[in-house]
Amino acid sequence: MSDQELEYAALLKRRHLVSTCFEWGCRIATVSALLFLAVLLAGVVYQAWGWLDVQFLTGFDSRRPANAGLLAGIWGTFWLILFTTIFTVPMGVGAAIYLEEYASDNRLTRLIKLNLSNLAGVPSIVYGMLGVTAFVRMFGLISAADGLIWSISLGFGTLEIPLPLGRCLLAGSFTLSLLILPVVIIASQEALRAVPPSIRHASYALGATEWQTIRHQVLPAAVPGIATGIILALSRAMGETAPLIMIGALTYLAFSPGNLNNPMEAFQDPQRVLDAPFDMFTSMPIQIFNWVGQPKAEFQNVAAAGSLVLLILLVVFNATAIVIRNRAQKRITW
Amino acid sequence: MKSSPTVLTTNSIDQDEVLRVDVSRTDPTATQHQAGRAAVPTMRPVVTHADPAAKTRAVKIRAKNVDFYYGENQVLFDVSLDIPEKSVTALIGPSGCGKSTFLRMLNRMNDIIEGTHHTGDVLLEGTDVYNPQIDVVLLRKRIGMVFQKSTPFPKSIFDNIAYGPKVAGLRNRAKLTEIVETSLKRAALWDEVKDRLNSSAMALSGGQQQRLCIARTLATNPDVILMDEPASALDPASTARVEDLIFELKKNYTIVIVTHNMQQAARVSERTAFFFQGVLVETGDTRKLFTNPTQKQTEDYITGRFG
Repeated sequence: MSDQELEYAALLKRRHLVSTCFEWGCRIATVSALLFLAVLLAGVVYQAWGWLDVQFLTGFDSRRPANAGLLAGIWGTFWLILFTTIFTVPMGVGAAIYLEEYASDNRLTRLIKLNLSNLAGVPSIVYGMLGVTAFVRMFGLISAADGLIWSISLGFGTLEIPLPLGRCLLAGSFTLSLLILPVVIIASQEALRAVPPSIRHASYALGATEWQTIRHQVLPAAVPGIATGIILALSRAMGETAPLIMIGALTYLAFSPGNLNNPMEAFQDPQRVLDAPFDMFTSMPIQIFNWVGQPKAEFQNVAAAGSLVLLILLVVFNATAIVIRNRAQKRITW
Repeated sequence: MKSSPTVLTTNSIDQDEVLRVDVSRTDPTATQHQAGRAAVPTMRPVVTHADPAAKTRAVKIRAKNVDFYYGENQVLFDVSLDIPEKSVTALIGPSGCGKSTFLRMLNRMNDIIEGTHHTGDVLLEGTDVYNPQIDVVLLRKRIGMVFQKSTPFPKSIFDNIAYGPKVAGLRNRAKLTEIVETSLKRAALWDEVKDRLNSSAMALSGGQQQRLCIARTLATNPDVILMDEPASALDPASTARVEDLIFELKKNYTIVIVTHNMQQAARVSERTAFFFQGVLVETGDTRKLFTNPTQKQTEDYITGRFG
């Protein structure tokens, strides 16, 4: 063997060693991350044991830990996420389609795209301040002292919209929508970009219009990616506390928005559904935050029970969405 | 503009028809598409032939002094070419010579790419396809295109073929079924897929996928079919089938094919145009161009000295 070959042979052992070390480094990183999560989860379950019962799920908050319940928070979060979804999905997906499929690639669109990433990184408390100014006070254009109410009669009930919106649930939903819009837009853009251009060209070449190409080719292929983005963003919105506290969500509330405590009541008294968006509200993370700050030690267990419910709901929410997404994905394989 | 019948104006079915009437095919879908409409007298513009060799057939597409630019970068220089109807015209030349760009000008697929512009005219039966009054959607229905990479939609075979007529507004299921069958038969794919029209087109082999794309193009009932290296990704057997198909289709359609394979150009085409560095170097009858080229560059290319 030549000198060069001998040198290579001497280096070989070292190269394999470095390779093995790297593999173990990655393995340790994975295991430790999972370990922290497992400890956290075990701690929450241990603390919540015995506190998570039917009373906790169906009762309102109380000054006595044994009687404290999460119902107002569950309903608050339900309404918040419902309206956030209604506002975010069309706006976010629409904006992404415009930016990817229609907008020409000039300096302005590049600036918008760059700033979307920046907006996604803005702290949520800043969105809270924006929400207070824009939705709760409506820039002070209408004086809250006037107590202006815009009534719209719908036959089965009356929609009473207070102007300015004030510290109501809808203002919270608007704020959360703003918060997650950049994430939804960016995720949708990436999903749209992943659709091969050749599919678009083939569609155009057969005489399809832009809308038909988007509707029949691009969107069906992008739906799994868009859905993933929306799921992640809504999960984040579900756990947000700071901007809602800024908006004026209440930490202690003994009723659900619109006094609607049971899905059946929506059919018995539809007026309650119409009242809910403009009512005062709390949410699950806010209730948990409140309990953690209570002096009585048992409230720590109540908070753990609340965290567990929030975690379970998030897992169920994500799992359902992933199943729906996979079903859509199955139809599309390149 | 509307008063002149020789101009294909936007969304005008009657005037579109003017340009179609003399396309006499034994084509059930064509008659079906035209049935129920009053026959319009032929108003085909009189065309003179720049190239005497093309005299035997009417000119379907005429490019006049076409320059094309990607941004500042000029890729076509003063290209003038007559494409005779119901025959195969092959565009050959080394990579980057502008032949694909020229092909995509004919059905305005280059419009999709931003920052491109052109000068000169592309006339389809005497009407400038870049006329602002031309509806590009209608134009692309008349000038179909088959791409290098087969691009079946992730849908069923039936939905792939029916896509063109569907987006044009045809909802009648019976008619769609009929078009799907005729198109697949013409693309010589019917026997292979007739029992699984509702299964995914993605499951077909590469050669079948490309014939599916051709069938899909036929379903929109075009006059002209543009093919951008349709067989370059196929094995020899599939290539032979596609070539047979091209041979069959030229009876009814005007075909323009870009190819890197000179044997293929020699086999399937009547006329050949040789592009080099954005310039149309030579054009003529395929046999003559391959046996007795007039230009030194053409001879060098076809004898394999470069490219």
